[in-house]
Amino acid sequence: MKLSSGTLRLIIPAVSLALLLAAVFYMQPRAMSYTGLNLLFNLAVPIALATVAQMLIMAVNDLDLSMGTFVSFCACVTATFLQASPAMGVLIFLGAIAAYAAMGMIIHVRELPSIVVTLGMSFFWGGLAVLMLPSPGGEAPGWVRWLMTSKPPFVPMAIVASVVIAAVTHFLIMRSSFGVLIRGVGGNFRSVERAGWSVIRIRAATYALAALFAVLSGIALVGLTTSADANIALRYTLLSIAGVILGGGEFVGGRVSPIGAVIGALTLALAGSFLSFMRISPDWQIGAQGAILIVVLALRLFLNRLERREKIQ
Amino acid sequence: MTFGAVKALDGVDLTIHAGECVGLVGHNGAGKSTIVNVINGSLTPHAGTVSYGGNAGQHGISVARANGIRCVFQELSLCPNLTVSENVRIMHGDLKGWNWRSRALALIKAQLKEIFPGHNIDCDSTIDDLSIAERQMVEIAISFAGIGQRPKLIILDEPTSSLDAGLAAQLMAYVRRFVAEGGSVLLISHILGEILSTSDRIVVMKDGRVVADRMAFEFNSRSLVEAMGSVVREREWQRSTAMKAGSPVLSMSPRRGHGLAFEAYRGEIVGLAGLGGHGQTEALLELYLSRNSNWWAARRRETAFVAGDRSLNGAFALWSILKNLSITSLGELSSRGMIDRGREDRLGEDWKKRIEIRTPDMQNRILSLSGGNQQKVLFARALATAAGIVLMDDPMRGVDVGTKQEVYEILRTEATSGRTFVWYSTEMDEIRLCDRVYVFREGAIVAELVGDDITEKHILAASFSEGKAA
Amino acid sequence: MNAPRLLLSKPWIWSFVATITVWIITVLFTGGASSLGLSQAALTFAAFSVIVGIGQMFVITLGPGNIDLSVPATMTLSGTLALKLMDVQDSMIVVGLLLSVLLGTVLGIGNYALIKLLRIPPIIATLSMSFIVQSTAIWANRGLRIKPPEVLASFTTSSLFGIPNVAIVALALSAIAWLLLEKSIYGRWISAIGQSTFAARMTGIPVDGTRLVTYMLCAVLASICGYLLASFSGGAALNMGAEYLLMSIAVVVIGGTAVAGGNSNIPGIWGASLFMFLVVSMLNTYGFGAGFRLILTGLIIIAVILMAGGRQSTR
Repeated sequence: MKLSSGTLRLIIPAVSLALLLAAVFYMQPRAMSYTGLNLLFNLAVPIALATVAQMLIMAVNDLDLSMGTFVSFCACVTATFLQASPAMGVLIFLGAIAAYAAMGMIIHVRELPSIVVTLGMSFFWGGLAVLMLPSPGGEAPGWVRWLMTSKPPFVPMAIVASVVIAAVTHFLIMRSSFGVLIRGVGGNFRSVERAGWSVIRIRAATYALAALFAVLSGIALVGLTTSADANIALRYTLLSIAGVILGGGEFVGGRVSPIGAVIGALTLALAGSFLSFMRISPDWQIGAQGAILIVVLALRLFLNRLERREKIQ
Repeated sequence: MTFGAVKALDGVDLTIHAGECVGLVGHNGAGKSTIVNVINGSLTPHAGTVSYGGNAGQHGISVARANGIRCVFQELSLCPNLTVSENVRIMHGDLKGWNWRSRALALIKAQLKEIFPGHNIDCDSTIDDLSIAERQMVEIAISFAGIGQRPKLIILDEPTSSLDAGLAAQLMAYVRRFVAEGGSVLLISHILGEILSTSDRIVVMKDGRVVADRMAFEFNSRSLVEAMGSVVREREWQRSTAMKAGSPVLSMSPRRGHGLAFEAYRGEIVGLAGLGGHGQTEALLELYLSRNSNWWAARRRETAFVAGDRSLNGAFALWSILKNLSITSLGELSSRGMIDRGREDRLGEDWKKRIEIRTPDMQNRILSLSGGNQQKVLFARALATAAGIVLMDDPMRGVDVGTKQEVYEILRTEATSGRTFVWYSTEMDEIRLCDRVYVFREGAIVAELVGDDITEKHILAASFSEGKAA
Repeated sequence: MNAPRLLLSKPWIWSFVATITVWIITVLFTGGASSLGLSQAALTFAAFSVIVGIGQMFVITLGPGNIDLSVPATMTLSGTLALKLMDVQDSMIVVGLLLSVLLGTVLGIGNYALIKLLRIPPIIATLSMSFIVQSTAIWANRGLRIKPPEVLASFTTSSLFGIPNVAIVALALSAIAWLLLEKSIYGRWISAIGQSTFAARMTGIPVDGTRLVTYMLCAVLASICGYLLASFSGGAALNMGAEYLLMSIAVVVIGGTAVAGGNSNIPGIWGASLFMFLVVSMLNTYGFGAGFRLILTGLIIIAVILMAGGRQSTR
């Protein structure tokens, strides 16, 4: 049977996650339990949501360097406004989503490099977050806290949530008409234009959808940590990019995979636990993450080469 | 209509009736692609009208689409990251609703089966996973497919360029069926056999005019080639006499494993002819890149390259004329890596005089020059080096006649003094200036013409294959 | 074209106009009491941004997609290792500097090797690299905070004729960079590559070689900056490079270097670096907090790109 490139793209992330999980269980059998799994994947939910958001931006050949500060901003809104006066909080979120849509339109109309525009925006969101919460504080709204700490039977919340996120985004991006258009813009925007679609509207909608997922990421994060601060999710910019790449996505050409992205995020979350089980000193944990990234990329290059050779023959 | 500075179409009157297949042939620059773009709405004519089904006035891509006009382009225009059925969704905006995926799948499957019976394309796989031929098949099928109403006119621009003979025959047979059911097709191809056997009527274009418009049975492949050619113009060009002296300065084994090998000797002007896009540019790039390291600067430059598409790969838009001119000669203008401005200025003044770049100041931006003068700068860029071999990638596209004559003069003197030129040109007049010509077809060299054999007739005969595609 | 017009057409002039405006406003607000101190502080802190900014500018000049995210990690590692090697001995100052330069060279080669071998965009290659470098720095930084050698510490913190020594170093490096950019073959090459990589290749420019050198140059400058910053602040800290990631990119963009590549200028980096520092101190004197400062920075960057983007609409 011939594997499609989409399936092939999913295999590597899935296998790496499985191997990593097996290694963790081998070293720490106690992790193979409800609480163990919950602990292992606890922080995966917000990372997965942020990764999906980044993936949407990457699907239209852009990159969002403000993801981390934006999720931090959303977390701060959740811990302050959304908790104190929900209506106000929702309004702020709607405004932020509109800002993202506008940003997408500006990038498209002026043909600006998304890296630099989002870099500027990262200062902006960071500033707003600091204004709201100059020092760590705030409180998670009760329902968010309840949702994130609830204990469904048999399977921990983190895993249930990840599966739900993967399923919803897979439907949205891989199955729906809208998803086809998003990926079409990434693949060959000229032919989308030629077929009579408005590329600027598609781009704006993509950015808005990405912002929605980033908002959810911020809310989920506060649900886990109970409080927020302005720097709570700065790492997410890099983590989300790495997650998309680990999950088989590519920077250009609209080649993304939502399931892969969620798996990539899980892998990143697990890698931290794995490295500590390996008794790799905390000093080297970040470095090991970098090394994992490089190894996965090298592996993918190798597989792509094999595939191409097959095609030529 | 006028196209940029050059008049691309001149008094063309083309009517395509329902239920007929019109073949359109002509050599490079005859105006084939311009006419396609006018019909499909990408270009608006400066004068004259386009009317679809009798309604004139409105014009544009969406109007053309609404009138049932579809176009299969030479360069593939699918989204490579999407599956076949997803591409159908993008091309057909009215495939809405919940069940669009299965409806798109059914539509494309039926259409593919109708055109190419016995194909085994998996319509759930991404375009990336398909071979070039399969991609072309899918694109053709998407264009012919219609929801509700079928398309009225399909423009096929070299549709069989990557199909094998069997598939090409299937497509041509389908075109006949489509036409019999009342559709119209405008067929452009370099394979005369296809044109002759499939078309009802053949339109021959040359230099932006229609030179023949007759029923297909009135042509055979000889008369078709003759119609594409023009009255032989006398040329006052003295070819150099000492040919193939010594060992070749440049050589390349046969391309794509068949055809002739390429060789060039000192002091020769070697022409690369054939229809555009049949591998000439690729051959030039290969010749050039294999001789220039990507890591180290060469101490002595052996080859120089003159780009054809100025905006894409020639001029550096942010720079002055002088910087654009001197970029390849920097090694000779500097000591210890630092550029000697005085020497650079002298070089600029020298070449400004020699090739008459019309500018008050060499420090002006390159984009302040007219197209022809920009091209002269690119020529000077290559000629200012000590390189013995100059590769030229159709550099005269869109250059005015006066400039052309000046450049031809320079080429002549430079060749006499021992430089070798390899010249890909889409213009017959330029090819006839060469000492020796290689004709390309489908990526390989299919003919070598020397001296007085270099005639339009011979080149056309070699560029258009007689029968089916290889 | 007359002189003032010529001056106004330079892309860097605006960052200086803005800098002087902000300086005057701040000095007026404080009644002129702090003008000398403010200027010296501005020059000192701008110097560090300038050094990393120049390296980043060379990389950005190479065209869209080229960016070096490993700058902060490189700074941290260089500062840490150099201080460790020098071990408070004045005799080792030069050796420490050499180590920094060597480290930068190696990291630059590593960055480009990843870009080339794995065929990944520079942004992700330098990001992976920075993870590893950062880890090495954490590992090397364990134990006591090592002080810089006495002479070096006093050199970096004192001034010559009222101009901070680090600013003089940055000025010297800027002069060299300016020579490279404006007068050398290398400068022409990176500008050509930034405008069109393919066209550059077709004029015979060794594209890969030039890009490799550029990434090396950026890493070396980041290393030197780390060395100086660690000596200036009395020891290496793990987060000492953190703010320079965005800063290095921001000063390049605000300074008028084309984000699309091919066009760069050194004076603008000075203007932008001084401006960034002065905005902070101005907002501080007015009693605004970090929040407003960040929001303003972001808005400035976006405004600058919007203006610059309009100027080169020829693309």
